[in-house]
Amino acid sequence: MKETPDVLQGTLALMVLKTLDILGPQHGYGIARRVEQISGDLLAVNQGTLYPLLLKLEHEGSIASEWGASENNRRARFYRLTAAGRKQLQAETREWEQTAAIIARFFKVKAEDLP
Amino acid sequence: MKFLRRFFLRVTNLATGRGADQRLQDELAEHLAFQIDENLCAGMAPTEARRQAALKLGSPEAIREHHHAEQSLPFIENLLFDLRYAVRMLLRSPGFSFIAIATMALGIGATTAIYSVIDATLLHPLPYPNPAELVRVVDDLPGVGAQGVGISVPEWRDIEDSGIFQSAAITGRGANVNLTGSAQPLRLSFKQVTPNYFSVLGVDAQLGRTFDPHDATPGYNLEVILSDGLWRREFGADPHILGKALRLDNDVYHVVGVMPHGFRDQGSTSDEQNVELWLGAGFAGVPFPPPLRDSRLRSRVVIARLKPGLSIAAAQRHLDVLVESLKKQYPAEYPAQTAWTVRLIPLSETVVGNVRQSLLMLFGAVGLVLLISCVNVANLLLARTSVRSREIAVRQALGAQKTRLIRQLLTESLLLFVLGGIAGFAILFFARHFLLQLVPESLPHLNDISINWGVLGFALAVSVVAGIVFGLAPAWLTSRLDLTSTLRQEGRGSSGSLGRSRARQVLVVTELALSLVLMVAAGLLLRSFWDLFAVQPGFNPDRVMAIETWLPGPNDPTTDPYQTATQEAVLLREILRRSRTLPGVEEAAIGDETSLPLGHSDPSRLPLIREGIETMDNQAPLIESPIVSPEYFHLLGMPLERGRVFSEQDIETTPQVAVINQAAAHTYWPNQDPLGKRVRLRLDTRGLSSSAESAWTTIIGVIADARTESLADAGIPQIYRSVYQRGSKEVTIFLRGQLDPSTISPQVREQVQAVDATLPVFHAETLDEVLSTSLSVRRFSMEMVALFAVTALLLAGLGIYGTISYVVNEQRREIAIRLALGAQRGNILNMVLRRGFGLAAAGAGLGVAGALIISHLMAGLLFGVSPNDLTTFAGVTIVLTGVALAASYIPALRAMRLDPITTLHSD
Repeated sequence: MKETPDVLQGTLALMVLKTLDILGPQHGYGIARRVEQISGDLLAVNQGTLYPLLLKLEHEGSIASEWGASENNRRARFYRLTAAGRKQLQAETREWEQTAAIIARFFKVKAEDLP
Repeated sequence: MKFLRRFFLRVTNLATGRGADQRLQDELAEHLAFQIDENLCAGMAPTEARRQAALKLGSPEAIREHHHAEQSLPFIENLLFDLRYAVRMLLRSPGFSFIAIATMALGIGATTAIYSVIDATLLHPLPYPNPAELVRVVDDLPGVGAQGVGISVPEWRDIEDSGIFQSAAITGRGANVNLTGSAQPLRLSFKQVTPNYFSVLGVDAQLGRTFDPHDATPGYNLEVILSDGLWRREFGADPHILGKALRLDNDVYHVVGVMPHGFRDQGSTSDEQNVELWLGAGFAGVPFPPPLRDSRLRSRVVIARLKPGLSIAAAQRHLDVLVESLKKQYPAEYPAQTAWTVRLIPLSETVVGNVRQSLLMLFGAVGLVLLISCVNVANLLLARTSVRSREIAVRQALGAQKTRLIRQLLTESLLLFVLGGIAGFAILFFARHFLLQLVPESLPHLNDISINWGVLGFALAVSVVAGIVFGLAPAWLTSRLDLTSTLRQEGRGSSGSLGRSRARQVLVVTELALSLVLMVAAGLLLRSFWDLFAVQPGFNPDRVMAIETWLPGPNDPTTDPYQTATQEAVLLREILRRSRTLPGVEEAAIGDETSLPLGHSDPSRLPLIREGIETMDNQAPLIESPIVSPEYFHLLGMPLERGRVFSEQDIETTPQVAVINQAAAHTYWPNQDPLGKRVRLRLDTRGLSSSAESAWTTIIGVIADARTESLADAGIPQIYRSVYQRGSKEVTIFLRGQLDPSTISPQVREQVQAVDATLPVFHAETLDEVLSTSLSVRRFSMEMVALFAVTALLLAGLGIYGTISYVVNEQRREIAIRLALGAQRGNILNMVLRRGFGLAAAGAGLGVAGALIISHLMAGLLFGVSPNDLTTFAGVTIVLTGVALAASYIPALRAMRLDPITTLHSD
């Protein structure tokens, strides 16, 4: 039943937070576009999976939302990062960087490097 | 935190029914619009733009479902849905629901009732802080076979100073004291305790204070503490009671405190727990005997509070070391042959005492009833699934998951069980006052029994566990229906699932076996009780009344008007003379509390020193020693076997004489003539001011054994002494004749108080009442188990009736064909009855095996009947088989009268 594996689900949340951090308040379509642009194919289809995730983040208090008007004067729901969300983003970014660095070292390792 | 916040929001959404569906629809619509705009800009045709946008978004239904799952809690939502459905199903078949709920209410209600008794007695025996730290300290002399001989004051001081305990206190076992000065002299039960008693228990006064734990007054400190009940009853809850002087046994005490409401003293009898006065005493100065190391009194109990964190076993090891060093230090007081030891017992064990076995048996019995009710309901559930198999099959065919189906069926059965539990609890709650009357008064902590939240929790927990255990099997069996065959049969004339009908038979056999076990237990208890009731007590309780009075024992013996037996004899003779003039009185006699047959919970036992055999008190065997007036034996119809009984001429100044019973003769002078032998009895009564050696007493007569101590015990050695030679502060007046119990008590009071106006007269009862009270706990457990057994039999009958009806219903096609082919109706009847008999035989076989185990476990509660008693086993088996056959007979008749034509047509 799962469309996205757990790792991707986790990364998607991080991408959403980062997008909101860089670009400020965005509506759902805007977020989807940015994530698609940056990540390539990850969100090319099933953009709808974004919405349950947004609800979850909102429940967790990382983001907040309200209705507003878009650039071309459409009514849209705008999401923005909360203070808690910013803190969470920083923490998760650090974690990712550490994990990535460790994994990268493993990939670099060759047999002759090991004593 | 984040998780909690999210969970909380979801629960709120669930509870308020708020959905985010509309918001999602709007957002998705906007999302599509943005995408379509963009696609159009990229040069797509409008239809293509719309199609691509929809593809990119994904299935809106799946998104909605995810979104909804995120918004709310699907598990609970499903549960609520199942519950709604279960309630609907319940209401659709009210007959079935009623029977199932009533059965469970019976099982859970009965179990909860017994649990509430156990909760108050076995589980919470000590209403004090940190009860696990409280212990009783007991002296034993295993070398001479004496247990619990009491602790002397110097030993108590050593224990107190040993560093093993936070503190240790001496307390009496409780006695009576006369409160004079109010309108009517009152007899109140009191305990003398060392001043640190309340700090050992860890309870403070609600008004005033308890005794100062460091108070070192050697005798009574003349301070008194009242119970809340006494304070309210006799002093109108007077807030200025502190400092008031009370005259107790002619001594003046000052009230220093009132204990809180609900405070109960420790002790194994309700008498002890209902103590209303506490007197502080050092147990070492007048009126107590000098505190010699080997002067131990059995009426003294030492309780102590262990240092925190010290286990009883560790404390016992420290104590053993102390005992060894004391033995070396005082070799004369601790002769090697007595092998003095000190033992720690958790205080909780001493409080519950002898009712534990009865209560546990009751709990076991009621547990069986609960099990039978559960099995019965499980059986009903199975029966219903056969009706609902079509519905289940259709659901499954439409794609319902097996786990989902089980969950739904389980919800239904859980609902039934929990409703049953709530109903049972409600009935118990509203009937509690009536039910409490059935509990015998001799049960410890009777007043603490309550239907509280803990009991409710127990009832609910039992319902839920039972519901899950007994709902799961039917649910599982139902969910593995064979789809195609069930649907094809269209629910008509099916031969049923083999698994289900086998399960039902197993359940019925279990039920029958369990009820047989209960019935055997009830039968054995009934026979024991009957034998006890029919046993020849050895004395004649007919038309005898006992009325008590109490002589004061002031702290200064010289102020005691009844200091010597001679002084007391004047009073007693006058009381007897006046009593004989009362209307209807034919005979009158006097005895002490121990002489009241079956009426004393804690007989005083004295060390018996036979001339030329024992030399030290410590080595002597203990013997019960009632004090009676010469008329006592004739009044109670206890025949003299040899020698003579007391005469009016045996008085304080003539040589001391005693009468023993045959048990004492056989035990202490085997193959000898006890007449003329001399003994000494160490005296142990309140008010004794010297430990001087008692005089030699000559045995002058032997009377036949009587069951005065316990109906279950034929011969307990007794040595009787004359009240004119050895006075007693407790006085029981025995009267035989045509007496009116309602008027005799005031008449006796009038006569007694005409002699001495300060004497209270109380507690008038017939010996028949005393006799029946002594059997009250036995009667209670017998009646309860019998009640449970009848319930079990009824349920088992219903169970077998249901199963056979079901079997007949499933086989009606087959029966119809047999009939159509010419089978005799009698054969059909036989066929069905054989089925019932088979089940009964299997149940009885299993049950007899189980009952044999149970009956041996409860052998200690039986009297005069062997745990393998053939009559009981045979009788019970016959009754059970009879009931099973009777219950099968109705469906068998129905099968016999089946009309083959209509039956075959209807299929």
